[in-house]
Amino acid sequence: MFFTYLWRELRRRARQAIFIAVGLALGIGLVITVTAASAGVKNAQASVLHSLYGVGTDITVTKTPTTAAAGGGGFGFSFRQNSGTAKRPAAGSKINDNTLSSDFTLSSISSSSVTKISKLDKVAAAAGGLTLTDRTVSGTVPAFNTGGSTGGPGSGGPGSGAGAGAGGGGGFTGGGTSSFSTNSYTVTGVDIGNGELGPLSTGAVSSGRTFTTADNSKDVALVEASYATSQKLKVGSTIAVGNSKGTATNFTVVGIVSEPAGDSPSDVYVPLGVAQSLANLKNDVNTIYVSATSNNDITTLANTIKSTVPGSTVTDENSLASEVTGSLSSAASLANNLGKWLAIAVLIAAFLLASLLTMSAVSRRVREFGTLKALGWKSRRIVGQVIGESIAVGIVGGVIGVGLGFAGAALVNHFSGSLSASLGGATGSATPGGAQRFGGFGGASGAPGGTTGTTGGTGAFRGAFGSAARTADTVAVHLNAPVTITAIVLAVALAVLGGLIAGGFGGWRAARLRPAAALSKVA
Amino acid sequence: MYRLANITKDYPKGRGVVHALRGVNLEIADGEWLSIQGPTGHGKSTLLQLLGGLDRATSGSLELDGRDLTKLGEGAMTKVRASSIGFIFQTFNLIPTLSAQENVETALVPLGVGNASRKSRAAQALASVGLADRARHLPGELSGGQQQRVAIARALVKEPKVLLADEPTGNLDEDTRDEIIGLLEKLWQDNGLTMIMVTHDSSVARRAQRLGTMRNGQLTVKQTVK
Repeated sequence: MFFTYLWRELRRRARQAIFIAVGLALGIGLVITVTAASAGVKNAQASVLHSLYGVGTDITVTKTPTTAAAGGGGFGFSFRQNSGTAKRPAAGSKINDNTLSSDFTLSSISSSSVTKISKLDKVAAAAGGLTLTDRTVSGTVPAFNTGGSTGGPGSGGPGSGAGAGAGGGGGFTGGGTSSFSTNSYTVTGVDIGNGELGPLSTGAVSSGRTFTTADNSKDVALVEASYATSQKLKVGSTIAVGNSKGTATNFTVVGIVSEPAGDSPSDVYVPLGVAQSLANLKNDVNTIYVSATSNNDITTLANTIKSTVPGSTVTDENSLASEVTGSLSSAASLANNLGKWLAIAVLIAAFLLASLLTMSAVSRRVREFGTLKALGWKSRRIVGQVIGESIAVGIVGGVIGVGLGFAGAALVNHFSGSLSASLGGATGSATPGGAQRFGGFGGASGAPGGTTGTTGGTGAFRGAFGSAARTADTVAVHLNAPVTITAIVLAVALAVLGGLIAGGFGGWRAARLRPAAALSKVA
Repeated sequence: MYRLANITKDYPKGRGVVHALRGVNLEIADGEWLSIQGPTGHGKSTLLQLLGGLDRATSGSLELDGRDLTKLGEGAMTKVRASSIGFIFQTFNLIPTLSAQENVETALVPLGVGNASRKSRAAQALASVGLADRARHLPGELSGGQQQRVAIARALVKEPKVLLADEPTGNLDEDTRDEIIGLLEKLWQDNGLTMIMVTHDSSVARRAQRLGTMRNGQLTVKQTVK
């Protein structure tokens, strides 16, 4: 009888039932779409952050260099350190300088900090990394006039990693084409013993092999695939890696590594010990990669690490996520703010509409319910009947809403296309392999010449920063809004809730009905 | 058997009080047919509501088979309505979305009668009022007389002791009225019902054993002359 009565009643007021169901469906569809879009944005962010972070890495520890420390990070010449009082080599003299130095946006951290961190509670593993820059300048110094005064100090880049750069040398106004050739690439020292953490963790060996513990002190290198292509390097090739004194050592390429899209990989990877030795940074690293024992511990652990390594910048996924800008960030903001509130508003409106219409339907059925009470129906049974009808409408609305939600998610997928995520532009805070590399370039923006100086050749120094520019900080990510089982369960729960709310109001009204109402209508 | 002693019923109305019943004393024997007449608004339907356990008296006692309905809780009162009292209304009060058969079944739902038994008893009740062939029809597909027959079947399917009828022929033409009253009379006799009928129709009222008249909330009862 319950279902017969329920079905017949819904059929009688089909238009009203459909109206309520569609209202609920719109609300639920929006909730699913927004949830899916939100999940999609979250996935996209995670994808970006993961590639920047490395698989398994939860926290990275770096140190931002002080102004004084960063000041020398100018050009690759050996006289680059003599800021403001540069001695210029004599015209015609040959230069062949291949220097490996620490990434000027990162300050050194003692290797002992890695050990300290690895022993902390809630730390699963910790590994050190040493990000370096190899700069080669070779050629013959042309005859030139000192047309200008000594260059002023370079202004810092936009990031906090940039200090005041070294002043450029005097302007090169000499005519003629420069015979300099310049080259620059990034080299990262990898902690082979903790290969699952660190810069290589996201990469896949596309050719050759990865490092083994036997490579700890060997002159072997892994080369990033796109850099290998541009430099025509393959397994077995040799690559010259400089040292702190400007002398090159040939490294054998043992493998080519492909890093995922969105990563800002190093060009060359070498064993950590070898990198430390070449850069004269023994017992130093400039990035520590940490894996926590549990995701729940990350925030606490980050705070502990901060106190363990004073002056360090501790970055976890959340702090990195807050630095993501671009259309991905806008999409996240849209999904989390506008979408969420719109869905809630529509849902509340739908619930209110359903409740009002149900109460109105109950009002029209006063005599019907009064008659049933006169026949001996308990109020509970009548309330159950009203709630049952409302829940049935809610479930229909939920089913339609799930369909609308899938359609909405499909539209999001179709129209969102690729979203861009920019990292580090806003604050320039140091993060491994990402923002800190291009947070600022110290002396790079220092005027290359004096007030009247102009570059003498065809951009002799331009190449020095060419590779840095290649590691663009904007990543394209495709938004894929998934409709999860959780979202569907949520939709059904909301539908039932909507039905319960509407039926609850209607039932409350029906329960308050005096059975005498059936007779009083005709007295 | 009904025994009413000094029953009053007051309704608040605005700032005042309406005295719908002013000390009604009455006894109705089992199997008796009592008709109640009187002007509109003088307490006929109020009395019927109290007799049916649909409302509570302000004061006095109202016993049905020795149980004072004024002292029963809501649950017990509902049970009394479900098992012992059948109602017939002027406007039939059928559920418009349910068929004739299903409408009759609604009276058996609160008694917890099983599905098969419910259907069979409802079919028998419809047959007893001559509507076996209209069982699947919705109320809207039936004439007024047929709808009242369905309502009678619904009132009697649970085999109540008491049948309360509020203007059962008020919405019917003369021929149909006679037909329905004839049917009720037959069922009253066959089933040994106690029947209390509120009616404006004197020709109907006179067919009862006793005739009560409500005026200003007070009831006077006299024996009818046949």
